[in-house]
Amino acid sequence: MTISTAIIFAVIAIGALALIFGLVLGYASIRFKVEGDPLVEQIDAVLPQTQCGQCGYPGCKPYAEAIAEGDDINKCPPGGESTIKNRADLMGVEPKPLDAAHGEEDVKKVAFIREDECIGCTKCIQACPVDAILGAAKHMHTVITDECTGCDLCVDPCPVDCIDMVPITQTTSTWKWDFSSSPKGDIPIKMVS
Amino acid sequence: MYPSFDSIIETLNAGKTFSFPGGVHPDDKKSLSNTSVIKKPSMPELLVVPLRQHIGSDGICCVQVGDTVLKGQVLSQSSSPFSVPVHAPTSGEIVAIAPHVVAHPSGLTEMCISIRPDGKDTWCELSPIANYSDVHSNELIEAICQAGISGMGGAGFPTHIKTSTSKPVEFLILNGIECEPYITSDDRLMRENAWQIRQGLDILTHLIGPEAIIVAVEDNKPEAFEALSIACQDKKEYRVVNVETKYPAGGEKQLIQVITGREVPRNGLPADIGVMMFNVGTCFAIADAILHGKPLIERIVTVTGEAVESPSNFRALIGTPVSHLLDEAKYNPKKQKKPKVVMGGPMMGFTLSDATIPVIKTTNCLLVPAKKELVDDNAERPCIRCSACADACPASLLPQQMFWHAKAKEYDKAEEYDLFDCIECGACAYVCPSEIPLVHYYRQAKAEIRLQRDEKNKAEKAKQRFEARKERLEREKREREEKHRKAKEARLAANKAKEQSAASVDNTNSANEGASQAKDKVAAALARAKAKKAAMQTSANGESHVQPQRDDVNETSTSLENTPSPDDKKAQVAAAIARAKAKKAAQAGQSSQSSQNEQPATEVGAQSAADEKKARIAAAVAKVKAKKAEQNTEDSEEPASQVDEKPALNPADEKKARIAAAVAKAKAKKAAQNAEETTKEPAPPANQADEKKARIAAAVAKAKAKKAAQNAEEATEKSAPPVNQADEKKARIAAAVAKAKAKKAAQNTEVEPEDASLKGASTHVVSSDSQAPDTSRAEPAQEQQRDEKDEKKARIAAAIAKAKAKKAAADKEKESQ
Repeated sequence: MTISTAIIFAVIAIGALALIFGLVLGYASIRFKVEGDPLVEQIDAVLPQTQCGQCGYPGCKPYAEAIAEGDDINKCPPGGESTIKNRADLMGVEPKPLDAAHGEEDVKKVAFIREDECIGCTKCIQACPVDAILGAAKHMHTVITDECTGCDLCVDPCPVDCIDMVPITQTTSTWKWDFSSSPKGDIPIKMVS
Repeated sequence: MYPSFDSIIETLNAGKTFSFPGGVHPDDKKSLSNTSVIKKPSMPELLVVPLRQHIGSDGICCVQVGDTVLKGQVLSQSSSPFSVPVHAPTSGEIVAIAPHVVAHPSGLTEMCISIRPDGKDTWCELSPIANYSDVHSNELIEAICQAGISGMGGAGFPTHIKTSTSKPVEFLILNGIECEPYITSDDRLMRENAWQIRQGLDILTHLIGPEAIIVAVEDNKPEAFEALSIACQDKKEYRVVNVETKYPAGGEKQLIQVITGREVPRNGLPADIGVMMFNVGTCFAIADAILHGKPLIERIVTVTGEAVESPSNFRALIGTPVSHLLDEAKYNPKKQKKPKVVMGGPMMGFTLSDATIPVIKTTNCLLVPAKKELVDDNAERPCIRCSACADACPASLLPQQMFWHAKAKEYDKAEEYDLFDCIECGACAYVCPSEIPLVHYYRQAKAEIRLQRDEKNKAEKAKQRFEARKERLEREKREREEKHRKAKEARLAANKAKEQSAASVDNTNSANEGASQAKDKVAAALARAKAKKAAMQTSANGESHVQPQRDDVNETSTSLENTPSPDDKKAQVAAAIARAKAKKAAQAGQSSQSSQNEQPATEVGAQSAADEKKARIAAAVAKVKAKKAEQNTEDSEEPASQVDEKPALNPADEKKARIAAAVAKAKAKKAAQNAEETTKEPAPPANQADEKKARIAAAVAKAKAKKAAQNAEEATEKSAPPVNQADEKKARIAAAVAKAKAKKAAQNTEVEPEDASLKGASTHVVSSDSQAPDTSRAEPAQEQQRDEKDEKKARIAAAIAKAKAKKAAADKEKESQ
């Protein structure tokens, strides 16, 4: 066997191997194709989904994409400090305080339409990112409280300023055992006598 | 694997029981109240019945304030299978349905129905099921649900849900443990009403069909044990079992473990391991409901503690205020540092925030501790990791770990330590040498985790809705584009086809022809659009009087409609001419008027308050004029279109009307401008009052003018159509008179000296327009007759006038900015 035939064999062998691996990889890339960026999905999952746009992006998903691209993680006032921490964990960066330029963390609110004053202009319906306002042209509108994310976006478009952001009132089922408002000592167990 | 049925029975026959890990032995203090016979307290002055008294959802209130209800009458209906109704505890009148502080540690309010008893205590009609063994179990379960029975041991789980299980039940356990210190309500109930408890047990046995029936009583209640043994002696299958006293043996999971040795799985129910448990109080209530038809409207409440003179057990109506029971037990506030009432026992109870809180279905005890009875100093010290809490925990958890993570708000880690398996019995806090309120932390952590879950679900929903909306908007956009594209294609194709056909007809000037055809088409389309708009305007005739241009279209429409199709073209031409003229005239009028107005405008620039008022009045006057002009047009139009003789005359009239309207508008604007300019100076104090007055004046003026206009209209109708012009003049005169009157009226309503300027202004405005103010005097009599009818119209007109003035002002402002 001459040296040239040895080279030919080697080339054929390597070529065959390359072909096989190429086919396998090609198949795998089709078979196990990942739709979208999984990181974006993960970031999106730890955003509050108010779709308020306070971060400067039109919705939570676009902001998630921006974070994946390297934007700051502290532009989300509705999510507050706790979601910043989650995002910091996810991105492997240090948590930062909330960027005040995008707003402050506030109590949870929902929109409320003073229905006597509503003129039925549908402007708020168009502004609502989650279709939580019900109504038709020249008919009174109302907010579906359960669906409202409290994003504030309907307040500005209203020509008669009949939309209020009302803080969600605490009920017995949403109470968090916060005894700052009522006497402490709910477990009066320690007997002395 | 848990013990089999046979081995359990064997153990029980041998007189032994199993045990649960941990547990504590606090001083039970039951001797304070366990010797006092159950008493019936006096009727309180007001009963407050919360709509929700158990876990699950609220019922829907089905009574109204002012209704008279009978004892036992249903007050709320179940809104879901998980809710039970509440009933009127006595007969009386419903005085309020409003939020009231309820028996909840938060001291928050919930919907409650307040009943003022009439003292008669009249029962409503009851429907007992005496022969329950012949009745289908569904009917019994329904009866239990309708009687509003929910678990009376503590959690208040709706009993009908529990009883309607489809799983086979091996053990039916009656819980007479009452392990918490101080409480003796079940004890007294067992002693005094053992037979009825036995009857309830019979019903439950019939309903569930268990293989073994066990009545469990703690061994510190020998009298209750005795009473129940006697009540159950004729039935061999009812085993009354003595259980070792240990807190919390009365917990459902713990008692099951004590009796059967089986553990209820996490997230599972006792029914999953073939056990079902009822509190003795619940059992008693079931007997009441089935055998007597009585709904659950009362329960035994222990009022105890060293701060009451006579600790006792009361058969209290649901809704009885706590303060009433305290009075009955002779509460002595001097024995307490500050008022403190604990609802429930010392281990699992909570401090009440208000003494008007009502007794509910799960209230078993009111504890009123004396000064030194309970330590209340919040002296929480650091955890020393002694692990006493872990030894005491009946659920075999690691309390100090959970505390650690709960305190650091690392809720996911706390959850990993099985936080949700904690029954909040308080044994860990009881043994803690550092006085840490451990259960408090667990409750906080649990609530926080639950809320976070809710929030996450909500966020998920919001995300879905947001995405659905985005998709919808995109789809709509696509569809719109598609439509436009198709329309364009169709247009192009049509044009091409036309060109081709034109080419085939006339080869030489095909290009010209096509173009002109297209033009024709455009013209036709425009004409159609106009006709449509005009039709719309006619239908909304009432609104259209403000804008001269609209009137114009209006007029077109009338002529369009009135004339037959051959005349159509004519009418249109006439209308077009009229419009053109009107526009021109309006422009001329406006310019001339504005130059005229220049002087007064500068004159009145001094007092801003007066100016604003003036502006408003001017606007109103302007409005009146516009209105009048419009009506005149209509007047003159009516006969014209009816007769259809002189289309030429019609536009002429209209032109006049138009001019008047335009002038009026211009004036209004000017006035508004003036007002705007002057208001830039410091605002006067009397501004608001003036404004109001001006408004009133405007409204009055409006009303009068309107009336006058109507009169004019009538007059016009009476007179013959050919003398149209004369009529118009009359109408104008009438209107002028009306205006003058309005002015006067405005003057009358205002007493202050500043109004002189207002007068001057309005006079000026009026006089510039009306030529003969003093002609017709016969009007006022007629006016008064139609006063009422006109009032509404006047108001609307005034509103419009106001709106316009405002708009003008806004425009001006914008311009100046």
